[in-house]
Amino acid sequence: MTNAYWAVSDALTMTGRGLRHLTRSIDSLLTSIILPVLLMLVFVYIFGGAIAGRDAYVNYVVPGIILLCCAYSSTATAVGVTNDMVTGVIDRFRSLPIRGSTVLTGHVAASLFRNAIATVLVLGVAVIAGFRPNATAAEWLAAVAFMLLFVLAMSWLAVCAGLLARNADAAGGFTFIALFLPYLSSAFVPTSTMPKALHAIADHQPITPMIETLRGLLRGAPIGNSAWLAIAWFGGILLVSYVGAGLLFKRRTA
Amino acid sequence: MTDVIVRATGLRKSYGKTEVLAGVDLAVRRGSIFALLGPNGAGKTTTVRILSTLIDADGGTAEVAGHDVRTEPAKVRTRISLTGQYAAVDELLTGEENLLMMGRLLHLPRAPRKARTGELLERFDLVDAAKRPVKTYSGGMRRRLDLAVSLLASPEVIFLDEPTTGLDPRSRQDMWQVVRDLARTGSTVLLTTQYLEEADQLADQIAVLDNGRVIAEGTADQLKSTLAGEQVELHLADAGSYDEATRLFNGTALHKDPERRSVSVATGGSAAEVRLLLNDLADRAIAVERITLRRPTLDDAFLSLTGNKR
Repeated sequence: MTNAYWAVSDALTMTGRGLRHLTRSIDSLLTSIILPVLLMLVFVYIFGGAIAGRDAYVNYVVPGIILLCCAYSSTATAVGVTNDMVTGVIDRFRSLPIRGSTVLTGHVAASLFRNAIATVLVLGVAVIAGFRPNATAAEWLAAVAFMLLFVLAMSWLAVCAGLLARNADAAGGFTFIALFLPYLSSAFVPTSTMPKALHAIADHQPITPMIETLRGLLRGAPIGNSAWLAIAWFGGILLVSYVGAGLLFKRRTA
Repeated sequence: MTDVIVRATGLRKSYGKTEVLAGVDLAVRRGSIFALLGPNGAGKTTTVRILSTLIDADGGTAEVAGHDVRTEPAKVRTRISLTGQYAAVDELLTGEENLLMMGRLLHLPRAPRKARTGELLERFDLVDAAKRPVKTYSGGMRRRLDLAVSLLASPEVIFLDEPTTGLDPRSRQDMWQVVRDLARTGSTVLLTTQYLEEADQLADQIAVLDNGRVIAEGTADQLKSTLAGEQVELHLADAGSYDEATRLFNGTALHKDPERRSVSVATGGSAAEVRLLLNDLADRAIAVERITLRRPTLDDAFLSLTGNKR
């Protein structure tokens, strides 16, 4: 058996661990999968009528909900990483003949799975609520690629947060930032309706181009240069977080 | 030489300005139980973490099972296991899942992995709890599971960092039995402890660690004999006699306790010697109520070595 074989096998084992955790802890199941669906319903049925009429709003808001649920899910990643670091379990993993950072890869892979499940659920409920995407197969594929980039970047960022936090509560604080940013973007209302200062912030933060890109791909709204901006932002965040996680892991376990 | 399976030479480690290890030398014989004994903060855990490749030493060398811990950590890791101070098990998984997952990470093939898991659950009395999440386990059960996990790959050297800290007396006895069994089946056990009794009970060889240095090394008996042979403890009848006695044995008393009005002095232990001592005291009108003869305990050795004289 080659090293590459075992590296993949170890990563899969760790991913399985993360998925088991999901089914064992009601918290993470709730925040990662059930809550996004509930939020979706709240926005469409409670706020939707007042904002733009229900049918128009469900078509507007779905990309935002998908990104919001990823933000929730990354909190579970951050808390999971912190818990591993503060309990002895990380020493156990590190005394095994495997790469210690496989633990982190496992958390990210589990996060991808969680998000895939949550996204499919949100989309399903959205369609029932009146969401009518008109994307072609190629556009769907592109949309999935963008979501993947977003989830990967946010998950590695969450790993960094988890490695920096001294306890699980502090890691949970990551939720605050991760959850706040989508609200301050074009996710729920067009940025042009915001006060001038907020409008400027909302237009220039990373979530807005990502949302606009997804909206364009799924519903045919104009994308403009949003796609490139989204790739630059989240490609950058992914790169920095991935490298940062490696460095933080080394420092934390030195 | 061939018999030594763990050898450390001049290990040094500092965290910032705090020197945790100031040159530690150890030699552990294959198949023995070796106890690293010392108070909190002596450097026990740091030593174990260096030997088990979790951290690098700042200086010195260490070899475990024939491989250098710094240059060949991966090779060392296949030959050892570490059970830390905190049970390193996954709280959300069941006991059985913990074992199976670790078995997979150790790259054990499927059949032996399952067989070994069953065997270890049995051996550590965890069969009934196998399907329950670990967060429902008691402290003793966690430790047992933790140890079971560390034995999955049949390691040659087993590091146990304070294996009984926080356990109730019954669980501690069980753990001692487990450690003895391990040594009987040929494994080498290096354990750290702050309990003298534990080192006395288990270890073939003891190194006393204090402030990052090994200040004494030997068998329990050798360490005890670094003190005077027998002691006679005099319990004085009244405060006046106690004061007289402390004056008389000023400088030679091993041990004084004003609360209990007792003074300990060294003696050869023969009846003649004790009679002389008592006669001498009677001549001086020092009233002795009772006497006790005792051999020094490892506690005495430890306290006199670490300089914390009572």
